[in-house]
Amino acid sequence: MELLEGEREEILNKVNEIVKGYDDNRENLIPILQKVQMGIGYLPLLAQEKIAEALNIPPVDVYGLATFYNQFRLNPPGKHQVQVCMGTACHMIGGQIIMDSFERRLEIEEGETTSDREFSLERVACVGCCAIAPVVVINDFVEGKVSPLRVDGIMLQLQEGKEDSNSLEGEAEDKSPEEKNERGNQE
Amino acid sequence: MGFSPGSIEKLEEMKNKALEKINSLQEKTVVMVGTATCGKAAGAIEVREALKEEIESKGVDAQVIEVGCMGHCYPEPLIVISKPGFPALCYGDLDEGLAKRLVNDFLIEDDPCFDYALVALEPNEYFPAFTDFPRGVYEKKIILENCGFIDPEDIDHYLAKDGYEGLSKSLEMNPEEVIAIIKDSKLRGRGGAGFPAGTKWEICRSISNGNNTEKYVICNADEGDPGAFMDRSILESNPHQVIEGLIIAGYAGGASRGYMYVRSEYPQAVRRVRTAIEQAREKKLLGDNILGSNFSFDIEVFEGSGAFVCGEETALINSMEGKMGVPKHRPPFPASQGFRLNPTIINNVKTLSYVPYIIRKGADWFKGIGTEESPGTAVFALVGKIDFTGLVEVPMGTSLQNLIYDVGGGVPQEKNFKAVQIGGPSGGCLPEDLMDSPIDFDSLQKAGAIMGSGGLVVLNEDDCMVEIARYFLDFTQKESCGLCTFCRLGTKHMLDILEKITRGKGDFDSLKILQELAEDVKKGSLCGLGKTAPNPVLTTLRYFEEEYKAHIEEGRCPALMCIDLIAFYILPEKCSKLCSACMGPCPTDAIYTRDDGLKAVDQEKCVKCNSCLVACPPEYNAVIKLSPPELVKEKERENS
Ligand SMILES: Cc1cc2nc3c(=O)[nH]c(=O)nc-3n(C[C@H](O)[C@H](O)[C@H](O)COP(=O)(O)O)c2cc1C
Ligand code: FES
Repeated sequence: MELLEGEREEILNKVNEIVKGYDDNRENLIPILQKVQMGIGYLPLLAQEKIAEALNIPPVDVYGLATFYNQFRLNPPGKHQVQVCMGTACHMIGGQIIMDSFERRLEIEEGETTSDREFSLERVACVGCCAIAPVVVINDFVEGKVSPLRVDGIMLQLQEGKEDSNSLEGEAEDKSPEEKNERGNQE
Repeated sequence: MGFSPGSIEKLEEMKNKALEKINSLQEKTVVMVGTATCGKAAGAIEVREALKEEIESKGVDAQVIEVGCMGHCYPEPLIVISKPGFPALCYGDLDEGLAKRLVNDFLIEDDPCFDYALVALEPNEYFPAFTDFPRGVYEKKIILENCGFIDPEDIDHYLAKDGYEGLSKSLEMNPEEVIAIIKDSKLRGRGGAGFPAGTKWEICRSISNGNNTEKYVICNADEGDPGAFMDRSILESNPHQVIEGLIIAGYAGGASRGYMYVRSEYPQAVRRVRTAIEQAREKKLLGDNILGSNFSFDIEVFEGSGAFVCGEETALINSMEGKMGVPKHRPPFPASQGFRLNPTIINNVKTLSYVPYIIRKGADWFKGIGTEESPGTAVFALVGKIDFTGLVEVPMGTSLQNLIYDVGGGVPQEKNFKAVQIGGPSGGCLPEDLMDSPIDFDSLQKAGAIMGSGGLVVLNEDDCMVEIARYFLDFTQKESCGLCTFCRLGTKHMLDILEKITRGKGDFDSLKILQELAEDVKKGSLCGLGKTAPNPVLTTLRYFEEEYKAHIEEGRCPALMCIDLIAFYILPEKCSKLCSACMGPCPTDAIYTRDDGLKAVDQEKCVKCNSCLVACPPEYNAVIKLSPPELVKEKERENS
């Protein structure tokens, strides 16, 4: 994915700021990757190279890790992140049908981001709400008993924007940037 | 390090203060809202806000506190109201309207709205309590006891429930004595394999500490089973219990550092654990000279990055060292050579949760519960086609029958039970005939499943056994770290075969290959992932072979689940001209109106999303699924 203008600077600044807090012990690699992803939303190659430099390890080691673990994204996520639960309970009650519906609506495959970077579609394992399967998580907000029809409703709501802002934009409480930072900064 | 008199008194002081606070809290009305992830998903935050608003605007003297998960996930959001003079009552399926009504009618007017109450917490003369239901009779709660009834973000709640008394008691003993109690209790690891915890601790302790090598204890909260949530729920509902267990393990094993390895997909659990660690530090239950003893110990959180194989202990250690999470050959076991090549104890969340209770109440008490070889309780996340989904804790040795029908309420909607999947991707599917089997490590293993970490999915007649085998294999195949050939290629090949079968393209030869491959992968893999990955396939082949055969011979999916083997059809004799309920929801406009005004499905356009079947009103019930799909043509001929 090509970097947009200004993104380069932003990435370098962010990475520098984060690696400053760590010594060059390899054990810090995963925590650093997690923080960088939290800051930038994904792990661009440029960021991976900078991290490798800071930890004094070959870039391929960083790349290896970033691709090994499911948590890490190599492409920028969409503005709206759609996650479909593919845990056992959700799968057995039709999770795949919901995934198919989103794929059809968004015209992307699972794991991709729309070209306008508005939406990304991912699968997640059980989010612990099997009682209300099938479950989707939209921008960290969990919604249960989803039907293909409801997928259309969700998409409309997201596309039309903020009318129903507190329902699909995630819980303010869980998503405030301070809280995220707070989580990120503790060691 | 020796024993340190005085820690019990120090804790006693802390507890008394906590009790004072909790008691004064209880003199007033308290409303507890369950805000674990399951509650939140169902709308607990809105309910909490509605309660707070109403209480404030009406000037009621009551407090709203947040608690974790009570284990009853089916009627979330749940609240408990304890008002002096009334039994503590639990209300389910709350919405903002009911929340406000309860404030007005119950908190202000003294009418407990029994119509909406689910159950009382304690036996009383007004309303049935938990113990009046079969579930309450069969359940025996130890590590879930406080979950959902205490504020996980306030250490005083845990202290008031005798929290950290296991620790203070341990500190007045020698570490060897602590190990002896755990060994005597026969506590077995709840992370899957059932290895005796005390033995593990003893090995770690026995490694000479001559050169001052550091030792470590790690709590494994990676919870990889894609269909389960026990560990997360415990961390979200009662994190201090796990922390206390980890500190005791550290003391016993001679470690000074502990780690909580929690998946980063569990943000709320991570947050609550961090808060709990902080509070424990403030009270000097963590850090230097814990409770005035000469034992110092601290805990860090490590966020796992989402790889199933990292639940395996050696892979977990690799990932903590900043490497790829691939397993290592054992031995050496982590207890002698683990994190940073130092002795390391790794235990599951649940294993550690039992520890404080065993220390407090004694090994004999623990052995009095469960079976001879598997003492204590088993915790399950009960999900799937079952009435009372949620977390349950029953004594080991309880039969599957009791667990599913009495505790779980059985299979809903008058459907027939088909199988129960235990142990997730490493486990197996057990049929009705085995319902008498007791639940314990050894019996389940004999039946081909495993105890696993506690995922339990109930399947009914609508669930295809080939498909569930394919689902789990798809999961393990993707999660295979690729280190050993059998696991990497064997599972891939098996998955190919299963996919063909679910598409109706399988043959009997490949079924034989599937069986052989399964045995080979089981034998030839390095770690538990590969060794157990074939279990779902082997058990379904063993107990549900006729379903495989139907797919292969007739291209038919008996459960009407495999997409490629079914078609949707509208029965003209049942369809009504007056209704077009099925047309709107169809995402691909596959439903058209026939010349006679009835509806029909254009098979070319149909994506088999089930929407029309759901939408068809119950008075018609005209949409059906047919398998094999060729039956549609037959039906059409019959009807024309
Ligand atoms: C593929 C694989 C995944 C595992 N996942 C977990 C897990 O999610 N949680 C866990 O506690 N143990 C898991 N284990 C078991 C651990 O390797 C280890 O046995 C366990 O953490 C030891 O703790 P215990 O003795 O308290 O059970 C897994 C093992 C394998 C082979
Ligand atoms: S399987 Fe989807 S929430 Fe549990």
